[in-house]
Amino acid sequence: MKSFKRLAYPYIIWALLLIVAPMFIIVLYAFTVEGNGVITLRVTFNNFVRFFSDPIFFNVLVKSLKLAAITTIICILIGYPAAYMIAKLKGNNQTIMVLLITAPQLINMLVRTYAWRGILLNSEFPAEIKVYIGMIYNFLPFMILQIYTSLSKLDKSLITAANDLGCDNKKAFLKVTLPLSVPGIISGITLVFLPAVSSFFIPKLLGGGSFLLVGNLIENYFITTGDWNFGAAISLIMMVIILISMYFTRKLDYDKEAR
Amino acid sequence: MKKKFDFKKIYLFFILLFFYAPIVYVVIFSFNSSKSLTNFTGFSLQWYEKMFNTRSMMESVYYSVLVAVIATVVSTIVGTIAAIGLSKSNRLVRELVTQINNLPMLNPDIVTAISMMLFFSTFAIPTGFGTLLIAHIVFCIPYVMLSISPRLRQLDDNIAEAALDLGCKPFEALIKVIVPQIKEGIISGALVAFMMSFDDFVISYFTTGPGINNISTYVYSSSKRINPSINALSTLIILAITLVLIIMNVIPLIKQRRKRHEEAI
Repeated sequence: MKSFKRLAYPYIIWALLLIVAPMFIIVLYAFTVEGNGVITLRVTFNNFVRFFSDPIFFNVLVKSLKLAAITTIICILIGYPAAYMIAKLKGNNQTIMVLLITAPQLINMLVRTYAWRGILLNSEFPAEIKVYIGMIYNFLPFMILQIYTSLSKLDKSLITAANDLGCDNKKAFLKVTLPLSVPGIISGITLVFLPAVSSFFIPKLLGGGSFLLVGNLIENYFITTGDWNFGAAISLIMMVIILISMYFTRKLDYDKEAR
Repeated sequence: MKKKFDFKKIYLFFILLFFYAPIVYVVIFSFNSSKSLTNFTGFSLQWYEKMFNTRSMMESVYYSVLVAVIATVVSTIVGTIAAIGLSKSNRLVRELVTQINNLPMLNPDIVTAISMMLFFSTFAIPTGFGTLLIAHIVFCIPYVMLSISPRLRQLDDNIAEAALDLGCKPFEALIKVIVPQIKEGIISGALVAFMMSFDDFVISYFTTGPGINNISTYVYSSSKRINPSINALSTLIILAITLVLIIMNVIPLIKQRRKRHEEAI
């Protein structure tokens, strides 16, 4: 049996080579000057200085974070009642609703976003609203399904108990149901905020070429201008910000559990 | 008594309307007789004709399916072997690989994508079908392993030990004893891998080469101009997925009924 552990070795090498090494290459690019070879590696912090000293870049970053945060909040506000109502349906209807919400997600994200282009093409909405619609359309299902999962696991006798102990329905919801569904909200936030920050085809397809988010910056520097070092630095900055925000989101969950 | 105004049903109805409106819209406008995406001028099949006659469009469907099938087969086999090996490794190795696998699953797609792109460029590997396929296999394997590993943890080691004691070669024990026990995990892992690969845009966009497009990158690159044959392509995809969903939901029902029928006999 122990000999089976050798089966993992090829994958360990594969993962180090094709997952870990490429991540290091991003760091390498971010901290070096353009056009370096293996022998002529010149270390620099200029890529980062350039990003933070130019208000244009910084504003794009702030705009992306704001857009992702607002998208996440709207998804919670629309998604929570939806998830709650689905969880209250009869067993069979619950399954059907979950299937109906999952089904459109199986269609390619690009195709679904493209579909909105036609609807929004001649509308008077400003670019920002169109991007919001695209974001919410793509990410709301994640939020609904995550919250629904945590609500459907909820032990109904807890609410009965709260009612018996003198809570009215509103109080029982605030004191029992809502706190117990926080893990669902948290994983929903992770699934919405993270792709929303880095999204670049939704703003491009729906907001037009002038609507820039941090993902579009990265795309431009890699595909259009070819300044990979600066592009790598932007990705690194974005990654660090996402890691920090994920850390605090998770902490929110643990603190709640600790109490 | 007057029926109460059912807020719940209306709310859920609007949610579904929001999710399905663009899909219905695409299907309707794929039959439009004019190029307009906002005015329906009459029924025609010209966009379907144009789609079937546009070579690059048909190729994108071909590449999407081909990449998804190969990536699914390879990542399912490699992922299963790796997950079995890992379940017998010590904790440190297991933790390490789990953390590495988390990278592509937790990182934004665009970061994984450019890391692969820079990797290929660093080692002067020309981008094209090969790099596209490798990138897909790289991000699919962690999902396969994620769906298999929990089942391996519940596995009773004694059964495989017994098979070895009774004269099975290790490979036989693997195929005949361990794999059947984790079959469900392997199947769901393969399904996830296929979905991830078929649906992917970001990683494909950065790792593919000139002339090689899958459906996502094709739609993206041709979205600058109005091109209603994309609506026709979308409608075909929607039709295919609807069929798969119906089949997947009907087969268990038929099986169930047959089982009940057999039990009755």
